[in-house]
Amino acid sequence: MQDLNASSNTYSDGVIRQFSIMAVVWGVVGMLMGVIIAAQLVWPELNLGLPWTSFGRLRPLHTNAVIFAFGGCTLFATSYYVVQRTCQTKLFMPKLATFTFWAWQLVIVSAAISLPLGFTQGKEYAELEWPIDLLIAVTWICYAIVFFGTVGIRKVKHIYVANWFFGAFIITVALLHIVNSAAMPAGFMKSYSAYAGVQDAMVQWWYGHNAVGFFLTAGFLGIMYYFVPKQAGRPVYSYSLSIVHFWALIFTYMWAGPHHLHYTALPDWTQSLGMAFSLVLLAPSWGGMINGIMTMSGAWHKLRTDPILRFLIVSLSFYGMSTFEGPMMAIKTVNSLSHYTDWTVGHVHSGALGWVGLVSMGAIYYMIPRLFGQKQMYSIKAIELHFWLATIGIVLYIAALWISGVMEGLMWRAINADGTLTYTFVESVKAKTPYYITRMVGGLLYLSGMSIMLWNVIKTATSGKAAINAIPAVTAHA
Amino acid sequence: MSDFTSNFWPVFITAISLLGIFGCALLLWRTSKIKVENTSDGTNGHVWDEDLREMNNPLPRWWVGMFILTILFALFYLSAYPGLGSYAGTLGWTQNGQYDQEIADANKALEPLYAKYTAMTTEDLAKNADAKAIGERLFMNNCSQCHGSDAKGSRGFPNLADQDWIHGGSPEKIKETITGGRIGMMPPMAAAVGNAEDVKNVANYVLSLSGSMHDSGRAGLGKEKFTACAACHGADGKGNQAIGAPNLSDRIWLHGAGEAAIIKRINEGKINQMPAQAGRLTDAQIHVVAAYVYGLSNK
Repeated sequence: MQDLNASSNTYSDGVIRQFSIMAVVWGVVGMLMGVIIAAQLVWPELNLGLPWTSFGRLRPLHTNAVIFAFGGCTLFATSYYVVQRTCQTKLFMPKLATFTFWAWQLVIVSAAISLPLGFTQGKEYAELEWPIDLLIAVTWICYAIVFFGTVGIRKVKHIYVANWFFGAFIITVALLHIVNSAAMPAGFMKSYSAYAGVQDAMVQWWYGHNAVGFFLTAGFLGIMYYFVPKQAGRPVYSYSLSIVHFWALIFTYMWAGPHHLHYTALPDWTQSLGMAFSLVLLAPSWGGMINGIMTMSGAWHKLRTDPILRFLIVSLSFYGMSTFEGPMMAIKTVNSLSHYTDWTVGHVHSGALGWVGLVSMGAIYYMIPRLFGQKQMYSIKAIELHFWLATIGIVLYIAALWISGVMEGLMWRAINADGTLTYTFVESVKAKTPYYITRMVGGLLYLSGMSIMLWNVIKTATSGKAAINAIPAVTAHA
Repeated sequence: MSDFTSNFWPVFITAISLLGIFGCALLLWRTSKIKVENTSDGTNGHVWDEDLREMNNPLPRWWVGMFILTILFALFYLSAYPGLGSYAGTLGWTQNGQYDQEIADANKALEPLYAKYTAMTTEDLAKNADAKAIGERLFMNNCSQCHGSDAKGSRGFPNLADQDWIHGGSPEKIKETITGGRIGMMPPMAAAVGNAEDVKNVANYVLSLSGSMHDSGRAGLGKEKFTACAACHGADGKGNQAIGAPNLSDRIWLHGAGEAAIIKRINEGKINQMPAQAGRLTDAQIHVVAAYVYGLSNK
């Protein structure tokens, strides 16, 4: 409502408030699903013997909830926030932006209903059936119109680096989603992929790896490029580095998908290209980490007192770690050990919990007080506590799955002198129990931190009121 | 077989791959050459949102070095391994070749261990503790998935620990089964037997052969119709191992006991397959695992 009353020189923050609150709510829900399925791996009885609560249906619910509900709402909120402030104009078509909020929530609720009921296209991270896929496509195109429209009406000459990343993320995700979800409907909630066999697998992992590369990396680098220099009060370290790593990153990521299909029916040449480009991807990925962390130079002392900055900087450390680990795991020799093991799951979570999660939390903690007219979050101590719960949770989680992944990989390939396997599969499952328990505890800590955040956000929002933020005058020499 | 539908695609792939890699190198080189003019506050003069600025520090040298190393590695890798379209790479590597080589190496390493067993008869091997231990491991790796870790099978998967052999229980026959696999095929027999009543009567006659619970009136009527079955299962219903026709008189029911299950078999027939193991195990390994299976019922 406030958007409609506000004059033309205030930001459209209503939709950002909506997306920010829902990001935190969906974060709690998605992480709770994660803890539940982690517990099911330790105690299979928790599947309850019902199809709707079985691991196979709840696992896609978890991944969709954390990636598209928590991650998606965070990206909508931060990109709308950043694009207005760095273009120093209000959103282009604010009503369309409001539509993207309700449409995206409808997508999430449809996913939460249809996945437990067993409707799935069977493609990882692209499980949702065709009617929901269509709604996603429409929402995404509206998102692109709002975002690029806002860039188009900017009052500042130069387009800020964060917007390059948000822009690349929005365009590429539209492309990935539309190509990979192409299917022939065979009923209201049933369809068949437009591709067959190994080509279907390649399209799926071209999508799957770039969902990581653009949804979970480029988009969140956009967040990093605004909130790190803002919170640190320091200029971005290097404009040249931004240029090189941006173009190299968005070009190279596109090639890396085949490393998900090493030693399969995928032709040898495709696998080799995937591996070679995955290694070339290392330096462009690290460019973002260097630019973020070096922005801190001259402000390192702030880490002692500012937990929000700590969220942002530790997220960059996990980003650097998982983008080093990724290219290493793409090497065929390493992959022959790591593939199909918990190591992969641990790798994904060092990126998801460490990078995507922490940078999102830092950005939301930055925005919430400003959106609700408060000086700071309701409880700084609670942010501190959240930080430590999250960090310890991540370390427990990924260390447990490194050990369990390498262990099961070695157990699967262990051979007796007579040429038989040393271990049966079930022995490798049994050996993983203590690590599964540790992983669940790590997830529980992470979830408890997120729950504290939800409380803190509600307290901050209810003790303030929707703020009207004026657009400042453009600085003369920009 | 070529992966490509025309000669255009390998050229296209080679071109965009190399252009991509050289493009990265060019981007790096061009950007590192840019001379930066900073304003007095050390930034490039752009300002957003009141205080958001950029410095323009040069690219870190170690990072540039790392980027160049990965580019050089990619070029080396794509010259040594298949990657650029249909170019095979200087090492001639293929994943199928790697697999074949690893199997050949492993089998060669196994030869000395198995050599002493190859010279022994199945009967002697079945009593040899070391051979039995290896045989059991081979069984657990390759056979237990269907026949169970106790070899007692389940519906559709024969019990290997009893005396009831479908294709024969001699050492030679067991080896033949493991090596080449087996396809058990019973055609649908309803038409040959007669109408639905006839089928039910024959089913009761079959039950009577093993003294199982049956309707003796129907069994008497079904006896005459059983001639259609006798061609394979024999006039006495004791089966024929030469063609893999199971014995119907021993109360062992591979595909389910009772009247309903038998009627279903007569109406629908059955195709049941055991896959050949010759490509997965060496002859020497088949010899050892056959002795293990033989030993299960010949203690």
